[in-house]
Amino acid sequence: MEQIKVLVGMASCGIAAGASKVFEKIDSLKKLENLPFELIKTGCVGMCYREPLVEIIDESGSYLYGEINEAKAVEIFEKHIKNSEPIKEYVVKTNLFSTDDESYWKGQTKIALKNCGVIDPENIDDYENQKGYAAIKKILKENISQENVIQTILDSGLRGRGGGGFSTGMKWKFAYNNKSDKKYIICNADEGDPGAFMDRSVLESDPHAVLEGMSIAAFAIGASEGIIYCRAEYPLAIIRLNIALEQSRKKGYLGKNIFGKQGFDFDIHVKEGAGAFVCGEETALMASIEGERGMPRKRPPFPAASGLWKKPTNINNVETFANVPYIVLNGAASYNKYGTEKSKGTKVFALTGKIKRGGLVEVPMGITIHDIIFKLGGGIQNDKKFKAVQLGGPSGGCIPEYLADTLVDYDSVTATGAIMGSGGMVVMDETTCMVDMARFFLDFTQKESCGKCTFCRIGTKRMLEILIRITEGEGKEGDIEALEELSYQIKDNSLCGLGQTAPNPVLTTIKYFRNEYEAHIKDKKCPARNCKKLLTYTVIEEKCTGCTVCAKNCPVNCISGERKKLHVINQDTCIKCGVCFTKCKFEAIKLS
Amino acid sequence: MRVKRISIEEVVASDNKTVNLGLLDPVIAKYKNKKGNLIPVLQAAQNIFGFIPREVFIYISEQTGLNLNDMYGVATFYSQFRLKPVGKHIIKVCHGTACHVQNANVITDSLMEALRLNDGETTPDGLFTLETVACIGCCSLAPAMIIGKEVYGKLSGKIAVNVVKEIQLKEKK
Ligand SMILES: Cc1cc2nc3c(=O)[nH]c(=O)nc-3n(C[C@H](O)[C@H](O)[C@H](O)COP(=O)(O)O)c2cc1C
Ligand code: FES
Repeated sequence: MEQIKVLVGMASCGIAAGASKVFEKIDSLKKLENLPFELIKTGCVGMCYREPLVEIIDESGSYLYGEINEAKAVEIFEKHIKNSEPIKEYVVKTNLFSTDDESYWKGQTKIALKNCGVIDPENIDDYENQKGYAAIKKILKENISQENVIQTILDSGLRGRGGGGFSTGMKWKFAYNNKSDKKYIICNADEGDPGAFMDRSVLESDPHAVLEGMSIAAFAIGASEGIIYCRAEYPLAIIRLNIALEQSRKKGYLGKNIFGKQGFDFDIHVKEGAGAFVCGEETALMASIEGERGMPRKRPPFPAASGLWKKPTNINNVETFANVPYIVLNGAASYNKYGTEKSKGTKVFALTGKIKRGGLVEVPMGITIHDIIFKLGGGIQNDKKFKAVQLGGPSGGCIPEYLADTLVDYDSVTATGAIMGSGGMVVMDETTCMVDMARFFLDFTQKESCGKCTFCRIGTKRMLEILIRITEGEGKEGDIEALEELSYQIKDNSLCGLGQTAPNPVLTTIKYFRNEYEAHIKDKKCPARNCKKLLTYTVIEEKCTGCTVCAKNCPVNCISGERKKLHVINQDTCIKCGVCFTKCKFEAIKLS
Repeated sequence: MRVKRISIEEVVASDNKTVNLGLLDPVIAKYKNKKGNLIPVLQAAQNIFGFIPREVFIYISEQTGLNLNDMYGVATFYSQFRLKPVGKHIIKVCHGTACHVQNANVITDSLMEALRLNDGETTPDGLFTLETVACIGCCSLAPAMIIGKEVYGKLSGKIAVNVVKEIQLKEKK
């Protein structure tokens, strides 16, 4: 029994799904029966669609149980923990036999996420037992020079995972070459793309990997202060980061003369964001740290020359840093053996939307989008028809089904008009309206535009107005062309990446789904039956039994009719919520 | 756009009985004369009062020498800062991409209907404020909302309303 380890996935997604209750249940049973097995809180293994997850590791092997509630936890406790009888039906992953979920794991290669869901993120020893902090210790012990560390990162081919995809080694080199009495390392944990959550998961599940990555960068460029800029919507990430920082300082891994190396001073603190998407942009982020409004400024000068407080600064994304210790420890070749010619290594994607298996997957670059969605993700929910996938969030675009064989690498994705972005992959089916998606993103960028430059501030507003009109059935001849014209102007004349990429969701949907725009404008129809103002609900006379269910459920009481008699929907007061449509057992409500 | 113009009427003075400006003194002592202190000071003030009343802006400005204009500039730019009192429970319905695709609109509509308020408003009894946010990082549980520290996922309009009704019941007791 001493050898049994029980791990409960407790990142915020797991907790939201009910993992705390499961943990408490097992803990109370353990105490009640005074059993000596090890019970550990761990992070997220990425199998979000099966949460809450409980893993049991015993003499025979490892068993990951999915969709565990308190009742199932009791069962597992009785059968598996106490009597060594695994419950096969609940197992979603094991090294002993095959499961239905096997294909979710098969295509994955874990580097950035290798410790996520494996270790206790609040325990530095757990991290060290997985070769944690071995990379930075290796550098110091073997007296590897700053130039050589940078060369290793260059050779690995690692490119920024925050969206830009710029060579990480080059960035470090620039910052290294700029001599200064003070340099900064910043970790961008603002994770602004709504629909991406890999950075949150890494911070909550393996915070020390990010700290180690930052320390290596600090050594390489000669920085003495590090800042993690984390969005305020991630309270658990901030708590775990602060715990990790405290533990590192105690061990002498942060502070003065760290790791026993004379003259190597480096400390990190967390800065909480205050809610503004544009603060993910590096120059705006630094303005925000300086206590100002997060407004971008012109580059050059780049942060490597003049960044935070006008000092040379290197800024990288969370996932970028999480890859660094692995590369340094195992050599550039161990990383660049994965991927395509210009995109090396692995990339984490957040699979969400109308997908069967939503979660975090880490795949080698060069795999096709189709494989991610169908092999790993298991296809579309309710076996509906796959329509498009959105990559890159508000800066990205929609890739249609017929381009699903596009390879996941920076250049192939960019060629479609989308961008790789931070790795949000939102899957859409036939019921998603592409014009509405474009409107959704423009609504977002328009609100988040900082207001500094005219094209972004006013241009996005004009585009949004047109898109709203189209989705409300007021579209006019010439609207599509006007959108295109505005798009090119905004792209060419905006100051920062926000404006320069804001039109992408519109341009890609026009490019691939022009017919949907035309249906809205010319026929006043929404083919996906999504745009409320273009829908009407009516009762089909022959099918209505007068059961009164629709009338009872209608939130605005606009359906009238006596029991066992035909019901009628009052079109003037109908808010088109669709409740009657979903509630009617006799399919007597028509949607057109 | 993020930059906003506000009139002085929009900046609410607290009804005086609640604001104990002395509570700010440790915050001011901690951050005074530190570079880049403006946002952390405002965050700490909001943590104390739940929003930032007019007196608090003025007091901080007097005590730290921070420019009042800059403070308002920052407070209106970032969505985290509130210039008006909020309800005891803030319901943040996620309207990020993943939640939008999974019909987050229905969640907001149902809550608006059940609580009889519009997005961004507070119920007259001061119990709930309804807001939208862009992604709380639990996209695989879409559509999702967060009330206090608790995240609720895989919602339908009905489940969301039930969650809120349960809180209402508890508060009545
Ligand atoms: C509008 C805008 C928002 C951005 N948001 C983020 C973000 O949330 N997280 C991030 O890592 N990078 C973001 N970036 C990219 C950063 O500016 C920067 O390129 C990145 O942090 C560099 O790190 P990397 O080279 O490791 O990717 C954003 C850029 C723009 C233009
Ligand atoms: S989009 Fe709603 S939680 Fe991410």
